[in-house]
Amino acid sequence: MLGRLSFSAIPLDVPILVGTFLGVAIIGLAVLGLITYYGKWGYLWKEWLTSVDHKRLAVMYIVLALVALFRGFADAIMMRTQLAMAYAGNPGYLPPHHYDQIFSAHGTIMIFFLAMAFMTGLFNFVVPLQIGARDVAFPFLNNLSFWMTAIAFILVNVSLFIGEFSQCGWLAYPPLSESQFSPGVGVDYYIWAIQLSGVGTLLTGVNFFVTIVKMRAPGMTWMKMPVFTWTAFCSSILIMVSFPVLTVAVALLGLDRYFGMHFFTNDGGGNQMLYLSLIWSWGHPEVYILVIPAFGVFSEVVPAFSGKPLFGYGTMVYATCSIMVLSFIVWVHHFFTMGAGPDVNAFFGIATMIISIPTGVKLFNWMFTMYKGRVQFHACMYWAVGFMVTFTIGGMTGVMMAIPGADFVLHNSLFLIAHFHNVIIGGVYFGYICGMNFWFPKVMGFKMNETWGIRAFWFWFVGFYFAFVPLYVLGFDGMTRRMNHYDNPEWHIWLLIAEVGAVLILFGIVCQLTQLYVTIRDRNLPANRDVTGDPWNGRALEWSTSSPPPPYNFAIVPHVHELDAFMHDKENGIDTRCAGGPYAPIHMPKNTAAGFLIGVFSLVFGFAAVWYIWWLAAIGLIGVIGTIIARSANKDIDYYIPAEEVARIENEHSRKLMAQAAE
Amino acid sequence: MKNKLLARMARLGGLSSALLLAGCEMDVLDPKGPVGDGVKSLIATSTIAMLIVVIPTIILSVYFAWHYRQSNTSAEYLPKWSHSNKIELIIWGVPSLIILFLAVITYQTCHSLDPYKPLEAEATTKPLHVEVVALDWKWLFIYPEQGIATVNQLAIPVNTPVDFVITSDSVMNSFFIPRLGSMIYAMAGMQTQLHLLANEPGDYLGESANYSGRGFSDMKFRTLAVSGDEFNAWVDKVKSSSEQLDGQTYPKLAAPSEANPVEYFAHVEPGMFNTIVAKYNNGMVMDKSTGKMIQVQSAMSDMNMKE
Repeated sequence: MLGRLSFSAIPLDVPILVGTFLGVAIIGLAVLGLITYYGKWGYLWKEWLTSVDHKRLAVMYIVLALVALFRGFADAIMMRTQLAMAYAGNPGYLPPHHYDQIFSAHGTIMIFFLAMAFMTGLFNFVVPLQIGARDVAFPFLNNLSFWMTAIAFILVNVSLFIGEFSQCGWLAYPPLSESQFSPGVGVDYYIWAIQLSGVGTLLTGVNFFVTIVKMRAPGMTWMKMPVFTWTAFCSSILIMVSFPVLTVAVALLGLDRYFGMHFFTNDGGGNQMLYLSLIWSWGHPEVYILVIPAFGVFSEVVPAFSGKPLFGYGTMVYATCSIMVLSFIVWVHHFFTMGAGPDVNAFFGIATMIISIPTGVKLFNWMFTMYKGRVQFHACMYWAVGFMVTFTIGGMTGVMMAIPGADFVLHNSLFLIAHFHNVIIGGVYFGYICGMNFWFPKVMGFKMNETWGIRAFWFWFVGFYFAFVPLYVLGFDGMTRRMNHYDNPEWHIWLLIAEVGAVLILFGIVCQLTQLYVTIRDRNLPANRDVTGDPWNGRALEWSTSSPPPPYNFAIVPHVHELDAFMHDKENGIDTRCAGGPYAPIHMPKNTAAGFLIGVFSLVFGFAAVWYIWWLAAIGLIGVIGTIIARSANKDIDYYIPAEEVARIENEHSRKLMAQAAE
Repeated sequence: MKNKLLARMARLGGLSSALLLAGCEMDVLDPKGPVGDGVKSLIATSTIAMLIVVIPTIILSVYFAWHYRQSNTSAEYLPKWSHSNKIELIIWGVPSLIILFLAVITYQTCHSLDPYKPLEAEATTKPLHVEVVALDWKWLFIYPEQGIATVNQLAIPVNTPVDFVITSDSVMNSFFIPRLGSMIYAMAGMQTQLHLLANEPGDYLGESANYSGRGFSDMKFRTLAVSGDEFNAWVDKVKSSSEQLDGQTYPKLAAPSEANPVEYFAHVEPGMFNTIVAKYNNGMVMDKSTGKMIQVQSAMSDMNMKE
């Protein structure tokens, strides 16, 4: 009846998990209680959970990403603490069974649910506004994408309290992940979480690709498109091309596990090398999917706070596109040590290094954007300059590892761990947080607190170096990744320093939380309100709307004359908003529960499939299909905002603008 | 001003590479064999080449941000300036030249440091052959010429090239002795090759560099690089063990175990390694000299070793 599921699957014997469960339960109940107390269920359901508005979805994505950050970081600091303790016979406090789940979950959560969700959140918020569109091309699919990502994250966390998570690392290399070596449910949780969130990500890629190709404002030719939109475009293409490969690789692994097939097993003609090749031909583009939009953020932020246009816009576009293409021909550098011949290794090594040329050019472009500018040290600029310094070092160590000869001693060592955290934290995370600080007033209508933002930056920046420079050293000292304990006393001191770094990063996260709290507390202070919708003297179209933008974004679709359309309009006295109208009724999509329902049924399906509860899986699957059919048959999916209502909203914003100007 | 900056940068570059090259006590940067030496000098050369771009980039990002700060009204402000062919030429050109240089040494070292390539020393010294099997969670070393086998201890004579053939009878692992240089994966049903040489006696860490499950952290071995006489004495010591490795004892050894102690086997059945590889390939194994698949002939081959 319950498949493999029994009470023994609940880890009551692991105090850390019981404590975590109680913590989550108490916080969860408190949140639910507060929502009930304030009677906000209807508001939450109507305005948020079922919303197809890209701006609302953006906020939900970023909230999801921040929750994932806490989970992923809790894993990280537990690992660092284990390694700070577990040497010379001390087993530490995490036995391998638990520790191996933690590092697998850390990687999975940080990439799929922190980074991907944060990135999608930024896309959702910024892209439609930047291109002068009223929404994305497929608003319902956008909502569905969010729910698929969210429920996959829930599934990963369910594994904490029911059963176990994968103990095979974040990419679940076979044959270790085959049922012969990992008979438990951990890898199955991993498989279903990846597959379900993969649906969401793929739809996001399609959605933004179509949005950017088809929905740009009149006059916005390709070379007048803001750089962030370019990066979202390249990222979407990478998603569309690479995520199906991930889905197939993980599906084949699933076939091995569920149906006893032999794609990647040791025997029966299976080959583990095929999995490595497939997973990395997704995995390498994936890191560019994440980092290219971060480059996009800096390309918006640095000009805004330097009071100058971006240096070398054309170069920036070409560099981004060439990185996109090159990212597909480098995946073998993840397994130079698998025994390929010297010519094969040389090809992929050199291809990898070539990527550093356009990437380096981007760094120089941001530098020359500041050159002869007027740089304002807003919190965003701290993240940006911190990124330039940190990412350069990460790029250098990346090129070192791209040389197969050097990789033969650095592969899978802590040097590798230091390298990719160097680019993922110093590039992706710094970029996304920078973007959050930058676009927050546009989303919420008030600015983020800068003092706490700068404090958060310093803790993250210094903490990063404390946490990861020791790992570079340890890599040179022959320490490999994923060790649970060790007996080399020379390693210990470095792991203690790394622990200090993790604690500093913890302070950074605390500062970020405080920043959010203070920001919301002080939201009504006049200095914090963003009345004009253009708090940074911005250059692209998103700053031409009110903050937060009205549901339809643009009452009258703007005409784009130049790159940096809004700046061009401001300088030439053109009213981008065409205030005063005449306004026409605006066609809008209706909110729908279908995405939420498909998500919930998918969660039921995934959970049942993990535990072999086939009747429940059938219910989940029927639920998904039934909801899709019902949604397809539903004709009542849109409405019009009457012209009078549009005029009312727009005139009110105009009045505020005039009042502000009069002050 | 500019020259001063350049001189300062050059000094800084020299300092950091000196730090890197100081060798410290670190395994990879203090190698005990020619392969490790080659890798180390490759790491040093490439790092110095990259620092030519990296150091100015870091310094200029901070310097520009500071010098052109809003409060510094004496700095020039060109609010429209966003393009310069000269700068574009430099920022594309210099990194390209460095990558060109690195590409050349990458191609060369891919060949010179190819783990499959026999070492130059083999021209004068007869290599020692060692067959390595990664098991859950220990390393089995078979010395076919000596007819012995050990677990978690590898003895090699110094200044003698060692030809490793590596496989796994379980999940994927990576065979790595940081002091000696390169690593290579161990995969079931396949044979990978590695050529190493120790030119200094010592007791070096050996490990798996690819996570392989629960017992991974203790999947360590010691590499004893000793003189020729000491090596022979070690072989005799192993031969005096009462244990034998054959079709009967192997499955017990191959069963998962954690933190396995060092074990000696006085005698190992001939063809053991090929049998282990062949059991995943319908009894076939690739002959490395000809590249052809051949049927394994051994007393063990009719034994069903599959789990």
